[in-house]
Amino acid sequence: MLEATYKFFTSVRLAVVLLACGLILVFWGTIAQVKLGLYQAQNEFFRSLFIYWHPAGSSLRIPIFPGGYLVGGLLLVNLFAAHLRYYKPGLKRLGIAMIHLGVVLLLLGQFATDMLSTESYMRIREGSYSNFSESNSRWELAVVDVSGATDDKVVAIPESLLAKGGELAHPEMPFKLRVKTYFVNSDLRGQPFQGFEPVQADNSTGQQIWWRSLPKTTTMDTRDVPSGIVELIEPAGRSQAILVSGNLAPLQMTAGDKAYQLALRPTRYYKPFRLHLLDFRFDRYAGTDTPKNFSSRVRLERADKGEDREVTIRMNEPLRYAGETFFQADWDKTDEKGTVLQVVDNPGWLTPYFACVLVAAGMIWQFMTHLIGFAAKRKSP
Amino acid sequence: MKPILKFLPWFFLALFATEIVAVMLPKKDGDLHVAEFGRLPALLNGRIQPLDSIARNSLLQIRSTGDVPLELLPSWQFWRHPKKLKSTEWLLEVFFTPEVADTRAIFLIHHPDLISELKLGDKGVEKSGLRYYPFNDLSPLTREIMKQASKASELKAEQQTSYQKQVLKLANAINIYQRLKSSIQPEGTENFVQLLADYQAALPDGLKAMKAQQAGREVDDAALQKFMRIAVKIEAAANTSYPRTVPPLDPAADREGWSNVGASLLETVRGGEIQPAVGFYARMANAYAHKNNSEFNSAVAGYKNWLGKDFVRELKKGRAEYYFNQAKLFLHATIIYIVVFVLAGGALLTFGSWPNLSESFRRSASYLVGLAFVVHTFALVYRMVLENRPPVTNLYSSAIFIGWGACVLGLVLERIYRVGFGSAVAGLAGFVTLIISHNLALGGDTMEMMRAVLDTNFWLATHVVVVTLGYASTFVAGVLAMAYVILGVFTPTLAARKELDLSKALAKMVYAIVCFAALFSFTGTVLGGIWADQSWGRFWGWDPKENGALLIVIWNALILHARWGGIVKDRGLINLAIFGNVITAWSWFGTNMLGIGLHSYGFMDAAFKWLMLFVGSQVALIVLGSLPLKMWRSFQQKLA
Repeated sequence: MLEATYKFFTSVRLAVVLLACGLILVFWGTIAQVKLGLYQAQNEFFRSLFIYWHPAGSSLRIPIFPGGYLVGGLLLVNLFAAHLRYYKPGLKRLGIAMIHLGVVLLLLGQFATDMLSTESYMRIREGSYSNFSESNSRWELAVVDVSGATDDKVVAIPESLLAKGGELAHPEMPFKLRVKTYFVNSDLRGQPFQGFEPVQADNSTGQQIWWRSLPKTTTMDTRDVPSGIVELIEPAGRSQAILVSGNLAPLQMTAGDKAYQLALRPTRYYKPFRLHLLDFRFDRYAGTDTPKNFSSRVRLERADKGEDREVTIRMNEPLRYAGETFFQADWDKTDEKGTVLQVVDNPGWLTPYFACVLVAAGMIWQFMTHLIGFAAKRKSP
Repeated sequence: MKPILKFLPWFFLALFATEIVAVMLPKKDGDLHVAEFGRLPALLNGRIQPLDSIARNSLLQIRSTGDVPLELLPSWQFWRHPKKLKSTEWLLEVFFTPEVADTRAIFLIHHPDLISELKLGDKGVEKSGLRYYPFNDLSPLTREIMKQASKASELKAEQQTSYQKQVLKLANAINIYQRLKSSIQPEGTENFVQLLADYQAALPDGLKAMKAQQAGREVDDAALQKFMRIAVKIEAAANTSYPRTVPPLDPAADREGWSNVGASLLETVRGGEIQPAVGFYARMANAYAHKNNSEFNSAVAGYKNWLGKDFVRELKKGRAEYYFNQAKLFLHATIIYIVVFVLAGGALLTFGSWPNLSESFRRSASYLVGLAFVVHTFALVYRMVLENRPPVTNLYSSAIFIGWGACVLGLVLERIYRVGFGSAVAGLAGFVTLIISHNLALGGDTMEMMRAVLDTNFWLATHVVVVTLGYASTFVAGVLAMAYVILGVFTPTLAARKELDLSKALAKMVYAIVCFAALFSFTGTVLGGIWADQSWGRFWGWDPKENGALLIVIWNALILHARWGGIVKDRGLINLAIFGNVITAWSWFGTNMLGIGLHSYGFMDAAFKWLMLFVGSQVALIVLGSLPLKMWRSFQQKLA
């Protein structure tokens, strides 16, 4: 039995079957993008163990085909196991080992990227600066103490805690929070509408508003708008229910003798430095609307290290700094005087570089040894 | 071997080499210096190009041909050259004698419903089943056409019917044509030189009157009217003009700041002289309209002389690209490739029965592949220098490069196995890819500027080139596999000679090429990922084109593993390699047809039909390749 399992996992046959599955999966997942959009197709086909079939009108989920994680995972097992079984030291098979090691590195690197990398966006207007980037998909409830002279103090409660509900407290917060309702995605209206319910909140913005809960969005070009009602409980015991929403401006309030802001906003990632936007440029080819280049001239200012320098971020030339990469991603379409930088934190970003070198070198090694052998055989009849 | 058979390969080589030399020699201009005019530089699509390129690319979009035939010959009489207007000659008419240009049947409409909707059934001229119409037939209908076009343009490309696409294409053609007509002189101008003089004379008083009007003082109505009558015409021309033909006055400040004739004339309102370029074009216009050749030639020469002061680079570019347009090297390479394929096919078919004749054919084919390679390479490099880019920048150039890569592989194969397979592959792949590229060129300018993301010679030179070589080698393996099936099933060729087992040799070639394909496609795909990581911060985004490349990698890896694991033998390998053609064709064209993702730069759906036909043919070949061996003519004897 063990023997049979070992043989199964080390067989070339399994590799061929897995490659065929991979082929079908990639093709299917590409076609599915037309209907599902890139994001959902990615999740359903590539970032999953199985592809499920949902029969119309039932809540069944029937797995019908292995997903990307299963095929990739099995391929990894197969690669490792086959090497344990067949590997013989020596130059002749060195190339094969390099190729496979490279592929392993690539698969692991991509898995790590899927798990560990974060993507966010930094928006800066010309003449101003930013020291944080914002997530496109995650939200947080921020309680900001704006009474300080220079810097604000922020207590940020991640969405996952809000969704759980219950009571939340923090030493920096002058009140306790109790989450009464939380919708991951919602629709808010200023008048009654079919399917909408009136919001039951005490604060003034929470009056005369109707809402309904929506499922999480799956397309790339729309965003979730979470909303909820949180109850603020002051130490004195006074409490009020407040409507918070990704669609509403931060709520100004006072608790004790301090001024606070309460906002449900995209999760922010603060940086230990500031980027000032000096100039955003959108160059076009003469006499056309074809973009020639987008670039942002920024000043990077980091007080604690005494750093202060100017950098240009443009297409194909990102800024790599402090473990993160800043890409020219978008711009303010109203007047072309603001930039949007994509900020990527991906600890595994170097793996493909090594993988590529390993595989290419391995293949060249292998083909060269074959070719030399082939030429030698032809020369001596 | 008989002397004639020895002589034959040299005869073919000499014949085609002479033809190539003949087309590459510079041609003399006629009495009217049309070529000199065609070389003049102008700015369009963000790049400096000769007027001839503007003429040619406009005509390709309007008529789907690079010139305008003036007499109709049945197309089977290919040896007779019909009289025709070359691209630049046509442009001269459009610019300077628009009333003549309006009578040329250039607008191609091939949707029968559109023809009957516009009631054009009894108008226009027909050639090879296609109908062409002069502008005079269409001008009463332009309003209707534009109305339908604006409706169609509200839909996304995938949702448009073929009728709507034809309407849009026609509207685009009319638009280009009308804009070309007012690119030099305002529409309806009979004497451009006079118009300029009148404008200049009316300008000072007209300006004074305008200022007076603005200040609310007494206005000289006559002067104002006189000026406005001309200015309105010029402004209309400024707004519609297509290419920018007038170079900037201060090239040191802004070398790309070309403007059109109308706009440049309007600038003089702010003071300053009329741009000399406008004066030269006006002289050309009058001289051409009055058939005064020597005056036209002297105006062109004068303008060139003037450009020679500050615009040497632009003049050179115009001249170089004009030469490239005229030589049509890719067309001539295509012709050689067809002959190569026929000769190599002949060599393979006579391989068993007439060995001497077969060898003579084979040699002829391999000499000609060498010639085709030289021509193809020269044209490819010339294009790269013109564009100052690596070889592949768009779908059009990828076709050319795939053909080139296949030609190289074919040459190498032919060096190793002197049977004719290498030449046959080079011939077929070269011919088909160049035909595809010719059709892709109908979309307009093939040397368009690169959008911001793609504007990086480093990644274009590495990722794009390597991945395209991956496509090319996968195709070559597939074509060799096709040869295996076709020759094996229908002819006794594969087992024709005892001393050389062709079926084994072919299988070895396919295997070797698949190895190369795996190397190129993997490296190219990963390099693409690294590029994406450099510009978007993600190595892999499951974009359709990325997935397409990944499919090729997976497929090649699958073939190799199936072979190593002994799951397939020769014939299995062959069938898998044929399916590689389907996957490569999908990745090359099919992914662009989905109309989504970052790479959907080449959306076209006319090609969809062809893609399906191709896939069908490949599947049919795989079915043939799976027939039991006793049904293969090449293996019947062996089995018996």
